[in-house]
Amino acid sequence: MSAIFPILPEVLLISLAVIILVVDPFLNKNANRRSFLGILTGCGLIIIILTSLWFARPGEPILVFGGMLRFDWLGFLFKMFFVFAALVTAFFFVDTEKLNQRAEAYVLLLAATIGMCLMASASDLVMLYLAIETTSIPLYILAGFLTGDDKSSESGFKYLLFGALTSAVLLYGFSLAYGFAGTTNLYELGTSFKKFNLLTVGITFLVLAGLAFKVSLFPFHFWAPDVYEGAPTPVAGFLSTASKAAGFVVIMRLFTAVLPIVSADMGMILAILAALTMTIGNLIALAQRNIKRLLAYSSIAHAGYAMIGVVAYSQLGFASVGFYLLAYILTNLLAFGIINIVGSATNSDDLVAYNGLSRRNATLALAALVAFLSLAGMPPFGGFVAKFFVFTAAIQSGWIWLAVAGVLNSIFGLYYYLNILKYIYLYRMENEEEEKHPIQISRFATIGLVVLVIGIILLGTLFGPWFGFANQAALNLF
Amino acid sequence: MQFPFLSVIVFIPMVSALVLLLFKPEQKKAIRITALTAALLALALSIWVYFAYDKAAAGYQFIEKYTWMPLMGISLHFGVDGLSVPLVLLTGIVMVTGVMISWGIEDRPREFFAFLFLLASGVFGVFVSLDLFMLFFFYEIAVFPMFLLIVIWGWIKTREYAAMKLTLYLFIGSVISLIGALVMFWTSGAHTFDMLILETVKFSPVFQKIWFLPVFLGFAILGGIFPFHNWSPDGHVAAPTAVSMFHAGVLMKLGAFAALRVGIMLLPEGAKFWSPLIMGLALVNIVYGAFIASVQTDFKYVIGFSSVSHMGLVMMGFATLKPEGLIGAGVQMFSHGVMTALFFAAVGMVYDRAHTRDIPKLGGMIKPLPMVAIGVIIGSLVSMGMPGFSGFVAEFPIFMGIWKTQWMVAVLAAISIVVTASYVLLVVRRVFFGKMPAEFEGHISPINVLDKISLILLMGLMVGIGVFPALMVPWVQSGVQHVLTLLGGV
Amino acid sequence: MEFLSSHLLTLILFFPVLSAVIVFCLPKESLKAIRWTAFSASLVPFILTIILWLQFKSGQPGFQFENQYTWYAALHSTYHVGVDGLSLTMVLLTTLLTPLALLASFNIADRAKAYFMLFLFLETGMLGVFMSLDLLLFFVFWEIGLVPMYFLINQWGSEKGERTIWKGIKVQSRNYASLKFIIYTMAGSLGLLLAIQLLGVLFNTYDLQSLYANWKALEPSSGLLHFFGRVLTVSTVKTIAFWAFVISFAIKVPIWPFHTWLPDAHTEAPTAGSMILAGVLLKLGAYGFLRLVLPLYPMESAKFAGWLAFLAVMAIVFGAFAAFGQKDFKRLVAYSSVNHMGFVVLGIAAAAKAAGTLNATISLNGAVLQMFNHGLSAAGMFFLVGVLYERTHTRNLDDFGGLFPLVPIYGGILIFTSMASLGLPGLNGFVSEFLIVRGSWPVLTVSTALAMLGLLFTGAYILKGIKSVLHGPMNEHWSKGVHKLTEINLREIIVMAPLMILILVIGIFPAWMLDVINKAMMMIYK
Repeated sequence: MSAIFPILPEVLLISLAVIILVVDPFLNKNANRRSFLGILTGCGLIIIILTSLWFARPGEPILVFGGMLRFDWLGFLFKMFFVFAALVTAFFFVDTEKLNQRAEAYVLLLAATIGMCLMASASDLVMLYLAIETTSIPLYILAGFLTGDDKSSESGFKYLLFGALTSAVLLYGFSLAYGFAGTTNLYELGTSFKKFNLLTVGITFLVLAGLAFKVSLFPFHFWAPDVYEGAPTPVAGFLSTASKAAGFVVIMRLFTAVLPIVSADMGMILAILAALTMTIGNLIALAQRNIKRLLAYSSIAHAGYAMIGVVAYSQLGFASVGFYLLAYILTNLLAFGIINIVGSATNSDDLVAYNGLSRRNATLALAALVAFLSLAGMPPFGGFVAKFFVFTAAIQSGWIWLAVAGVLNSIFGLYYYLNILKYIYLYRMENEEEEKHPIQISRFATIGLVVLVIGIILLGTLFGPWFGFANQAALNLF
Repeated sequence: MQFPFLSVIVFIPMVSALVLLLFKPEQKKAIRITALTAALLALALSIWVYFAYDKAAAGYQFIEKYTWMPLMGISLHFGVDGLSVPLVLLTGIVMVTGVMISWGIEDRPREFFAFLFLLASGVFGVFVSLDLFMLFFFYEIAVFPMFLLIVIWGWIKTREYAAMKLTLYLFIGSVISLIGALVMFWTSGAHTFDMLILETVKFSPVFQKIWFLPVFLGFAILGGIFPFHNWSPDGHVAAPTAVSMFHAGVLMKLGAFAALRVGIMLLPEGAKFWSPLIMGLALVNIVYGAFIASVQTDFKYVIGFSSVSHMGLVMMGFATLKPEGLIGAGVQMFSHGVMTALFFAAVGMVYDRAHTRDIPKLGGMIKPLPMVAIGVIIGSLVSMGMPGFSGFVAEFPIFMGIWKTQWMVAVLAAISIVVTASYVLLVVRRVFFGKMPAEFEGHISPINVLDKISLILLMGLMVGIGVFPALMVPWVQSGVQHVLTLLGGV
Repeated sequence: MEFLSSHLLTLILFFPVLSAVIVFCLPKESLKAIRWTAFSASLVPFILTIILWLQFKSGQPGFQFENQYTWYAALHSTYHVGVDGLSLTMVLLTTLLTPLALLASFNIADRAKAYFMLFLFLETGMLGVFMSLDLLLFFVFWEIGLVPMYFLINQWGSEKGERTIWKGIKVQSRNYASLKFIIYTMAGSLGLLLAIQLLGVLFNTYDLQSLYANWKALEPSSGLLHFFGRVLTVSTVKTIAFWAFVISFAIKVPIWPFHTWLPDAHTEAPTAGSMILAGVLLKLGAYGFLRLVLPLYPMESAKFAGWLAFLAVMAIVFGAFAAFGQKDFKRLVAYSSVNHMGFVVLGIAAAAKAAGTLNATISLNGAVLQMFNHGLSAAGMFFLVGVLYERTHTRNLDDFGGLFPLVPIYGGILIFTSMASLGLPGLNGFVSEFLIVRGSWPVLTVSTALAMLGLLFTGAYILKGIKSVLHGPMNEHWSKGVHKLTEINLREIIVMAPLMILILVIGIFPAWMLDVINKAMMMIYK
């Protein structure tokens, strides 16, 4: 029985997905169905988290299932992140037209989550590729889910094409690696990659290209704005958070297990990429009028910040990446959740739709304040602590210029985040009749928002234990 | 277990902010009363701490330390010394008077007071922090609410521009200092953010010389040091009255104080090396600020630039690294804080009634607003450094310190005293005396009782300390002793 | 009683502040209450000063009735007050003139409360300067005296009159005068501030007695202050302090050519303001010379005494010429102050040059007595101008003429006071001027000779003034109808009476005052 613990979350997720599929035909096609599916998924996911936390906590890292998976804290921690993200996204699904009627949406969500969980603990090249595809394909479909909406279809297609292309590149890199080393196990591959020659560098670049797509690192970030803009908002939220985090786990594992020597020399290149990602993400975000695109570019920038932790290549560095991703997941989900609510209420994703939001729904405005200030890196929110530790790690490893670039970029970010708050708090609607147009939030969305806000503030204030978890995970990398 | 005074003082505003957010937006009266109660509570505690501080024992007192994250040596570490305890008191005073002055805000008072109190928590936190991480934590908390407060409730013409400029400028300053602080953390080898331990670490002279300037200047930007002072006048003018009171009265002191705590006290060799430069910049502040103030036509801009000038005196006092200079700077922070809070409160009262701050257009305000006029007159005397008021008690030792360091600078800085006297007297005469323009006749209502209480409190402080320096100087002196030990020991 | 006698000076010093607080508590409509409270309260320091005078032991060296308490410990400055013969005379002058000035102000109705409060604060400021034995405290009170006077001129000064300043902007005369007064004097006191700060750095204390004792103790060439490598030696610091003192006191006295603030300030101030301004405030500068410059810098003073005498003579001669040319009665009296203070400065200059000799003591006696005398006569003259102005609303001498028959009592008093100002033997002015001339003739012969010329013109302008007002063909405008001149009333006579009595007494029997002054002067300059 204990053999199943390493994959307990995945098994439970599959069971939940099957349950949903089975239950769905028996439900009436009415309003209750939407909430029922949402409740079902949500409760299921909560049970999964609690069960995993209770039973399936890892001890010393061990390779299981013939070396396919590594049961360690890194994988476990991120699995919990993914399931939590799926939980919140499921709640936001309930409010989204078109998504909430179809059980398939929830199932696809769960499928993608399974893929991510496998990505987090994969220790074999084949397993890794499988997991990546398992993650991506449901997400392609989810992105294009709104069949009547051209933008959504375009987004789905773009995502598919980009994703397929980079997957192919990734696969090529993996095959070269196998050919070179004769094994697909990540931890055995590491012993073969001791020399710094054309082959190893080539493999590194190929793999990096594939993964950079996943985390939207420069120069593979082009897909993000269009995909995020077109996809249904909760899906965009999920994409920007969980999927990115999954990519980061893989990068961390690969670069420590497989390519340690190369990683050390690659540091400068990664640093430049990180710096460029941050800068380009922030600069282009300055010009955006559509909030989803703005958040897309902001997400690109945040990938850059997180990358700084990877560049630091130290225990603190990787721990800070883990913490950063946790804070980022909570914050971005909150941001997208708010966009979802305002988007459905005003049928617009333009910044102008946010005029007078503080008078239409003061609580929503406060939630937006929390989200955007956390993204900007302001205390007492999680974003501040996250950035603080990432920069600390960078300075510890001597990357002072990179830390400086990071803080300067934060300033750009601060500008456009504050700008959004200006729309929410200062500008008024055209006829200044905000009282007549209040925005209602459904129960589910409220639960989601509250949980996220509390989480962000918790991460920003009582961050000790959370960082401890991230540190524990980072320990397993070395 | 001693009652955790300092944590309570720091967190009361934040907790009250959360409580306020639970009210419904329509319950304006309840919101205001809650806000005032919280402010009074914070003030009462800060008064207690001030008088309970043992000057003879000196050092850091009311210490509270809670481990927060041992992995990185972060702890929630609070404590006050002779230099910070007057500033804590000042914050309490400005908080109470600010709430009283803002009683009339009708547009979303709930959010206004919530953001104001968040700001207050940040300010309190910085003054009492003895942990470098916590200092930055609270420092940033003290920056971003300014944006919201100015952009939403500020002066329509320039609020968006001024708010953004102010926030970005201050943020840039703080992150530059942050980088410096992080470098210090790693170089110290002590793996802790505890400032008491970092004070004992002897960084290499080369390290100190390189890193003192970014750390000091990053914080001093909030103190308004030339040439990074530009955010301040615009910020002052655009902000609503209570926010201006906070901004000039307390926030700028935050910058100077943090520059002292992190820059001078942790990197003393660097301080000694760069002292001439800082003195030069501060001199420009003092003289240039005074000259620019004298050509302004907007009342609030006059006060804004005069703040730049007076903060120059604070930083000059710090830069002398002499006991007198430091004592004077410590008292000046308090004295100027009270004075400028009074000025802005007065300007706000005039503006609310006359709807203009254009000095040529005003006149004769002493008749309907006699107490405001007296308040401004006393404030003007303080700003000139007139003996009998707190300004003199502060400025005299600063000049003593300058004499002992670079005597020529003292001569040049003294020019500003005359310039200040001339413009401040002229402004007072034009606004309050003379003939009132016809359009204001009958439109200037008297001030209410809360306004009066605020003015009297602020005036009383300035006169009290002026006549009895013993009410504040011994505290500052005990704090300065410690700074001198750090400077002399290296 | 023990408390009273041991804290006499502190009581005298702070009683006016207490009175101001009491006045503040009165309702602003009850003018009578305000006036009488202020006036009676101001009599208390005067009575205490008389007690002080009677208990003062004139032969005893050093300062008496000292009080000392810690004040600004961090800077080694204490609240230290005490009097010797010099300061006692000045304290008497101040506490005498203030009640009279307040009595003279009974006709002020506009914001009377603020007016009287400011006057009382002013009294404390002036007394503080005379009593201070701590330089920092000296400076505090010096500055404090400026602010009430600024507001008195600004708010209650003459409403008529406009001045055109640069760019054709017109401002009210009183605004111009008050701002010029405060800025000019503050610029001067800035020098004082810097000098005091320098001395504080050098000696680490501000106590006057310590300074007297330790003045020579410091090594002249030891360097203490740095400026980019160039060091200020002790002797340089002392020299800078000397000139700073000289300039700031020169502005206050005022010594030509730093006198330009005076005519405007005196003319535009309200009557009582001018009384105090001319009567006491100018003496602060001279006091500063006598207390600080001469004792601390005998050599430098001796070296520059010639120049000082030259400036004094300029003041005497030009002051007299300027007064002669005035059409405005008040401005005439203002220039007469320049003229009379010139004598004080001449006396000081002579004393500086001939330090330690009998001549020096004689000139000093003359100078100090002239300070007291001028205080009396100037206050009287300004008051009388004010009496006339209140009835006629003009100060232009051409508007008057032959008023003696209309107001004989006023005329008599005016002639009496003018004669005192002129230096008629038998009245006080003669005694002090004689002493000064006697003391400075052997020392500064040329200057004294020229000063005598000035004295001639003093007579000229005073007689011209009297003639224009009282004698000659009567100006019918004032003899009937609504403009009919009313005689000087009882209150106004009471204001003048003490002055006149003292003028006469000192003129005939000056010994009681000269004795105190003389013994003090002999001891200051050993």
